[in-house]
Amino acid sequence: MTTSWCDQPLHRLSAAIRTGEAAVREVVDAALERIRACDGTLNAFTRVLDETARADADAAAREIAAGRYRGPLHGVPVSVKDLIDVAGVPTTAASRVPRGAPPDADAPVVARLRAAGAIAIGKCNLHEFAFGTTGEDSAFGPARHPLDPGRSPGGSSSGSAVSVAAGMAWASVGTDTGGSIRIPAAACGLVGLKPTFGEVPCDGVVPLAPSLDHVGPLARCVADARLVFRVLRGADPARPAARDPVTRRLGCPRPFFLDRVDAEVRATFEQATGRLRDAGWDVRDAPVRHAEDTPAVCLHLLLPEAAAAHAHGLERHADRYCPDVRLRLELGRYVTAEDYVRAQRGRAVLAAAVDAALAGLDALVLPALAMPAPRLGAGTVDIDGRPEPLRPLMLRLTQLFNATGHPAVSIPCGLTGGGLPCGLQLVGWRHRTDHLLDVAEACEAALSG
Amino acid sequence: MTVDEWLRYAAEDARRRQRPELVPRLAALAEATRRLRGASWNRETVPPAPPSDTREEP
Repeated sequence: MTTSWCDQPLHRLSAAIRTGEAAVREVVDAALERIRACDGTLNAFTRVLDETARADADAAAREIAAGRYRGPLHGVPVSVKDLIDVAGVPTTAASRVPRGAPPDADAPVVARLRAAGAIAIGKCNLHEFAFGTTGEDSAFGPARHPLDPGRSPGGSSSGSAVSVAAGMAWASVGTDTGGSIRIPAAACGLVGLKPTFGEVPCDGVVPLAPSLDHVGPLARCVADARLVFRVLRGADPARPAARDPVTRRLGCPRPFFLDRVDAEVRATFEQATGRLRDAGWDVRDAPVRHAEDTPAVCLHLLLPEAAAAHAHGLERHADRYCPDVRLRLELGRYVTAEDYVRAQRGRAVLAAAVDAALAGLDALVLPALAMPAPRLGAGTVDIDGRPEPLRPLMLRLTQLFNATGHPAVSIPCGLTGGGLPCGLQLVGWRHRTDHLLDVAEACEAALSG
Repeated sequence: MTVDEWLRYAAEDARRRQRPELVPRLAALAEATRRLRGASWNRETVPPAPPSDTREEP
């Protein structure tokens, strides 16, 4: 056994495990060896679960040998954002704020992964309490981009993305409140799925803003993300969801979403949509009305909800938060109730606007991240020669769909001249996440063909 | 309460709490609040006052 399996997609490893070509214990040992070799630099993990992973691997191998194969995740090592409860393991949220005893039980999403036979290889670094887009504010130090350790892998699910991109896990479970799955997926050249709001349970997950929080997978291809998503959702594999045909009609909401985008990211996006057109896709303009109000609406939802979620921590342990995270949490205490209600009205208006833009289409298509992976420590990024504040720009293309609840997925669509990945975001109809994944898989095939 | 009034009170409160670092962030939040309140879908619709000659005596 070599570590070559570490760089294969999950579905290939899964097939090899099922046929006996790959031995589960050797797969886990290879992942642990990759972690030992890489994670001193990349800092993707807050805790490696090596002992339990090996024990789970041996148990999985025995079950498979005995004919009790549980499905495509059986024996596959996955990582879990350290915001999500794993029984007996402290949930740190990458913070120095004390969080009490380790949880007694797995979060439902972790329990579902275990029931499907997946092996938790470790817990992943993140931006403290998922309240940031770079991963820099972490009690464990920043996770680093696999292609350039001087850059952020994006966040807040920073370690999750690094673990998958660097071959230390075959998929990861992250959370997304304003883009925290799709942003690191785009920055690291992965597939990241934010399902429809409420589709995957958030119980056992440290909340940031409960009306915006989503749980979803990061993986190396759409097929892998789908395998993990179905387990997270709790779908019965014996009764696959009915599928509508993909019509290959996409709409690009250019105003607002393409107004402030790095020139290389824009060029890569335009090339990708051009390749889709060449492959027979109809890519038309589909503006979202009132999209320019997205940042104000999302800010007035996010800040007070995060402040409420952290009221106890701010009262007792304010000085234990990373300074920038603390400032944003404290800011939320000043948002008035009437402005929160206005933002809720805005959410409904924007949701209707996204539905209207989707009329007659499979999905909306837009970049997932307005710039390539930013340098660690950068506060601004140049867009068309003008410095733009980094954090709002990183959220600009993703956060709307947290507010409206539409499912959205980022898939790789090319590289900048410097070799940094760019993400193409597809946004589908609410409660039709499987259809969105069908569209994403077809786009992925067209872009790689 | 207008956004300017809110900002003044909030900045005073932040300074009183020994958190002056919040003041520039509050100013940025005030800009977003102006945007929110000024959104076309979110302007308060106050019924116009009736002409004075049709007002009823209290």
